[in-house]
Amino acid sequence: MLDEIKTLSSQLAQDPDSLVFLRLGELLRRKGQLEAAHRVALTGLERHPHLADAHDLYARVLADKRDYERAFDEWDMALRIAPSHVGALKGLAFLYFTVGDLAQAAAHLEAARRAAPDEPGIVQALAAVRGDAPATAAAPTSEEVAPVAPAPTAAPVPPAAAPLEEARVFAGLEGAEEGLLLLDPSGRVLGGGLKDPKGRDVTDAVAAYLAGVSQEAARTAKLLDFGAWTGVAAEGTIGHVHLTPPTGNALLLVVRDRSVPMGRLAILAQRAAVAARHWLERQ
Amino acid sequence: MTIAPAEGGFARALDLVTRVRGVRGAMLVSGDDGLVVAEQLMEGIKGPAVAALAASVARRLGRAMETAGVGVTLFWHLQGERGALLVVPAPSGLLVVAVAEPEVNVGLVRLELLRAAEGVG
Repeated sequence: MLDEIKTLSSQLAQDPDSLVFLRLGELLRRKGQLEAAHRVALTGLERHPHLADAHDLYARVLADKRDYERAFDEWDMALRIAPSHVGALKGLAFLYFTVGDLAQAAAHLEAARRAAPDEPGIVQALAAVRGDAPATAAAPTSEEVAPVAPAPTAAPVPPAAAPLEEARVFAGLEGAEEGLLLLDPSGRVLGGGLKDPKGRDVTDAVAAYLAGVSQEAARTAKLLDFGAWTGVAAEGTIGHVHLTPPTGNALLLVVRDRSVPMGRLAILAQRAAVAARHWLERQ
Repeated sequence: MTIAPAEGGFARALDLVTRVRGVRGAMLVSGDDGLVVAEQLMEGIKGPAVAALAASVARRLGRAMETAGVGVTLFWHLQGERGALLVVPAPSGLLVVAVAEPEVNVGLVRLELLRAAEGVG
């Protein structure tokens, strides 16, 4: 491996635009040289920003460094460029698995299986996520996805499943009182809060406008034969919002400024949705 | 206002969107009343009903976003298990709407919707 790393480093030095950075970055990552892998992946990504494999490599390094939110963004970007990218699908499955969203983990692994039906690791991972195999084989953390990242030996407890303060839906989550809102179908606030950039409380006003959106989204999805709606992501001139139904008829809103990418917002929404589901079940 | 097959500038705007792989159709919808202005949809898609709902969601979402201080809506995207609805409000008040497969390249559709919105703006 060392010889190969030297050879690839030399090739990359001679031709910085070469795609050998993909192989070199992966070898360094597997060897545990994460800082070197990070530099190689990032430099490669800067030169090839539209290459899905470059985003995938960078995401793997980030996952190994436990920077899961940025890893999510990179895998999300890889999928936007190449919607059937197997590495990105497995990577996102791993991340969803780590936050306890087994349905999303399974959905991404299913998509990966459709794209690479001959890859046995995916089938094993899918079985593990669905509980058909021991959790030790929970292969969203498989060698191909993030071998250096600590592999959970049992289904991990989602962060949001930690004990919550009874009265606060989003206790412990970032922006719980200023950028997260849980509503019932009529727009009644169940938890969380919203503040505008000037610090004014806009919780009730925003809730009133969103009354009925959940039903309209569901009707639209039904009309178009989309199955259940899973979210609405919206981009504004100053910030982004993500709406998701944590249960059949409730509505969860996550708001952040534009510095938070849409992909990261989606994973924040997933975490908050898990917390909201737990809280709603307790009520 | 009546439903019209896309012609001229509208057709060109919708062509930008429908040529993206995975897009099943596109519409121009009046944001005020939810009526279809022009469409290029695959058979079986209930354009008028979808347009009315999309316009309603766009209005509610737009007001909520402005109130929350995140500014004017540039793009929104309804995700379903088996498909996606992607919408860009044009400066003219029209909504440029795409109906797409779940695996569609969202970034690419977004770009074409924004270009189409400029075209009909």
